[in-house]
Amino acid sequence: MTQAHLGHTHDRPQGRVETFEFAPGAVDKDDPLHGELMTLSMGPQHPATHGVLRIKVILDGETMKYVEPEVGYLHRGKEKTCETLGWRKFFVHTDRLDYLQPLMNNCAYAMALESLAQLSVPQRGQQIRVLLMELSRIMAHLIYLGTTAIDLGAVTMFFFTFNEREKIYSLLDAYTGHRMNNTYVRIGGVYADLDERVANEARKWCEQFPQKIDEFEKMLTGNRIWFDRNRDIGVLTKEQCMAWSLTGPNLRASGHEWDLRKNRPYSGYENYQFDVPIGTKGDCYDRYAVRIEEMRQSVRICLQVLDALQQTKGGDYLAKDRRYVLPPKELVHTSMEELIHQFKIVTDMALPKGEAYHAIEASKGELGFYVVSDGTSHPLRCHIRAPGLMNVQAIPVLMHDRLFSDTVSIIGSLDFVMGEVDR
Amino acid sequence: MTTIERVQAALSGIAFTVQAPRDGTPTIEVAIGDAKEVVRRLRDGAGFETNTFVTAVDHHPKSPRYEMAWQFLSYRHNDRVRVHAKVAGDAPHAPTITDLFPGAAYSERECYDMFGIVFDGHVGLKRLLMPLEYDHFPLRKDFPHQGIEPDRLYREWDQRRRERSPIEEESTS
Repeated sequence: MTQAHLGHTHDRPQGRVETFEFAPGAVDKDDPLHGELMTLSMGPQHPATHGVLRIKVILDGETMKYVEPEVGYLHRGKEKTCETLGWRKFFVHTDRLDYLQPLMNNCAYAMALESLAQLSVPQRGQQIRVLLMELSRIMAHLIYLGTTAIDLGAVTMFFFTFNEREKIYSLLDAYTGHRMNNTYVRIGGVYADLDERVANEARKWCEQFPQKIDEFEKMLTGNRIWFDRNRDIGVLTKEQCMAWSLTGPNLRASGHEWDLRKNRPYSGYENYQFDVPIGTKGDCYDRYAVRIEEMRQSVRICLQVLDALQQTKGGDYLAKDRRYVLPPKELVHTSMEELIHQFKIVTDMALPKGEAYHAIEASKGELGFYVVSDGTSHPLRCHIRAPGLMNVQAIPVLMHDRLFSDTVSIIGSLDFVMGEVDR
Repeated sequence: MTTIERVQAALSGIAFTVQAPRDGTPTIEVAIGDAKEVVRRLRDGAGFETNTFVTAVDHHPKSPRYEMAWQFLSYRHNDRVRVHAKVAGDAPHAPTITDLFPGAAYSERECYDMFGIVFDGHVGLKRLLMPLEYDHFPLRKDFPHQGIEPDRLYREWDQRRRERSPIEEESTS
């Protein structure tokens, strides 16, 4: 199989185009085992790349001598779209960033705007958000677990985790009316109150879920194959994580205790009891273990939130600031004042001039929105700090000089979603 | 010691102004020529261990047109700092910080891809999200949202594909 057949460069116009480059000196020519170099393009349709990621690899035998991820296949110009659509209409687009945790993205964006508008969210609104964010985190971690396991041969895990995910979908369906892409968070709170029935269902689910995690662990934690394919693979030190801007579970697996929910609390996370799991080695196995424990802690938070929601029953879940928050429909029909507010918000909701950054601890790491306003209804700039992009960036660091079969464990354990990486 | 005091101590001798953004993050503005040195001192002197993002804002048609934004996080002190610098001109340049923070590499590539800001000293600076052959910089304010010839690259590719006969295809493999 020649290079041309693999289809990298032969139909690209020459000149400005970056072709397959190879760092000289990367191969020891005197090594008697050194064979012919092979270039391989993994993706963008490869199932183990979890989306449209392409990884260019140069192999010496089975050892990867050069690795370069190529992103952008899912680039939809979200930041430009935000500038065109305006602050309010961009909410639906945030769902499509990391599509495994739409509500978490909604919350992150809403919080950045609230930080810009200096608007505070009522307590019940914050509690509902925390519940949604933790359910989203569990959903995203379940996908991580299922897809990584199926890539490493444990097909059963995929069905186990998707079963549980399906139940969360039903919960969200009951609350928001959608399974995916919910768009239920608004500036100043959430769109609607969480009713008793959904809360009870959520509690029932939370109570049974820890046993399911035990089942997952029974399948994987002591499993010889899982152990061999993850232990000591893709080791990241704490210092490397900091230098390469890695956050979230990947950072914690390397032994650094840093969680924005604990260290820089938002949405009232300081009111809930939970632990931040950390790893010791920073390999793929630690990243797995950290995520498993994070799911347990998320359930713990969910149960506390459900208790807290009992206390605030009937309270406000949406701020009353009529510059940013739509008035209730019945008032719009009866009051001229509220009708004007509604009209102003729908047509032209301006945010004050200035800039703000707000980051939350999303399932993949620090998800932040850097928003700059010139005082109009359309942003001057909305930069999305996607944790997944930094995770992709770490791929060459981890894969260099490793065996090709490790790619699957490493890609899986870094955990990224291309919707968010490419934006 | 507040964040801004720590930053001031680390940046002695460099001119900068302190800004007050709405989110309360300590923010300073420096000259673009000093930016590299500022980032170095923030890392070594003020204890900012990690780069959160590198991006730019296009103020077109105002001048100077671009405004760089770097943001850093200190785990030790649990705080953030944002650095701004104005960049002028049709061919904007900014110093790279990848030798200090390797994790800024993709952010800088993205910034180049979207705004056309060239990061001097960045090894392997090329487009990140848009196709390598693309001619425009989409996040500039004078770039229309619907795109400029959005299907040009596809048509070129399709043309080349049609020109290649199946026999040639066979012989190259």
